[in-house]
Amino acid sequence: MSPLSLTLFDILLLVSIVVLAWTALTSADERRSVILFMAFGLVVALAWGRLLAPDVALAEAAIGAGLSGALLLAALRELPSAVTASGDGRRSHALRHYATQGTVSVLSVALAGMLAWILTAHFEGPARDELARAVTSHLELSGVSNPVTAVLLNFRGYDTLLELAVLLAAVLGILTLGPGRAAYRPSGPIFDALTRWLTPLLLVTAGYLLWVGAHAPGGAFQAGATLAAAGIVLRLAGSEWIGLPRDGAVLRLVMAAGVGVFLVVGVSLLVLGRPFLGYPPAWAGALILLIESAATLAIAATLVLAFIGGRLPTEADRKGDAVTAPAAGAGANPDPSDDGEPRPC
Amino acid sequence: MPDVLSAVLIIMGIAFYLAGSVGLLRLPDLYSRLHALTKADNLGLGLLTAGLALQSPDLFTVAKLLLIWVAILAASATSAHLIARHARRRETRPCPR
Repeated sequence: MSPLSLTLFDILLLVSIVVLAWTALTSADERRSVILFMAFGLVVALAWGRLLAPDVALAEAAIGAGLSGALLLAALRELPSAVTASGDGRRSHALRHYATQGTVSVLSVALAGMLAWILTAHFEGPARDELARAVTSHLELSGVSNPVTAVLLNFRGYDTLLELAVLLAAVLGILTLGPGRAAYRPSGPIFDALTRWLTPLLLVTAGYLLWVGAHAPGGAFQAGATLAAAGIVLRLAGSEWIGLPRDGAVLRLVMAAGVGVFLVVGVSLLVLGRPFLGYPPAWAGALILLIESAATLAIAATLVLAFIGGRLPTEADRKGDAVTAPAAGAGANPDPSDDGEPRPC
Repeated sequence: MPDVLSAVLIIMGIAFYLAGSVGLLRLPDLYSRLHALTKADNLGLGLLTAGLALQSPDLFTVAKLLLIWVAILAASATSAHLIARHARRRETRPCPR
């Protein structure tokens, strides 16, 4: 298959990616931009599917469209309206806006040019699946039969270890922001009923994705994102603890589990005289499952804490809020119209 | 024969999606748009699922397709309810004079 053979469906997909990206960037209404961005993520996930990369498609749909969208919507809720319509210094603001747009445009064109050059210069000729062939020929040593998992957790395991370390650093940054947003108010019987059966379904799906990652598309990142989705659904339904451990020490252990278990396995192998993360083929499958299970929990905790936007509020925080800043508790979710009857005129 | 039936079901499903999208764009207010969208999409998705189920290699795939259909039914019905309730509570009543 030549890299440039396009069907009508591919052309539609390409056009809608570009149009959605453009409308998301140029829309005057931030909420509309966010929703267009989520639609953009879903169409990009379809494109990854068309490129025969279902693992990336799953991750893009769950993290790129779903969780990023939820994070952006939550951030939008917090954004003071003054930021969007400031009368003061509008001229300098507009100038800066044009400067930013210009810079981003130039960089985007440069990036597109570079990608086009790479595509024409390096993706021609028969040698382009050299790496794929190397992976396939060593697949039986990896302990799993899904080549993507084999690369992520075995052949290039240290890349994934560092990715998990980046996530851990990010969640530590989030925790320094102080207590997170207060829980949403309970949302009525119909959403509760959905939550009640959707949450177990999401938990089972996360477990399935984790397990199936060994031989089919799936794995720790997709499973972690699904688990985090369960937490976010619970959060939207008004639950405060959303299944995270109430004990701070246990929560910190869960957050560090991904990097921790990875490092323990790697260092233990060093002690046993093997290279760092060089699993013995007989144990590789079990070790990968162990690392992926821990990573799933850590990724889910990280994403949910990102959605909360800080550490879980403790009793002391809530008392402090009530005394020093009554607006912080009640005003965290300013939506007076969400309760009660239609407003009188 | 299953191929023909699949094609018929999928094309009917697409027709429902088209009708729902036209309704979303053309109907005057939020409630009728929601009505058009959720009703048409749910039935359209059902027909698509049925058409795809006829093409599945095994029952496990059929079960997964059905699960997707049920999950989307519940999610779209609930979100339609939430959007409509939010809109109704936002409405300002006319002043009694």
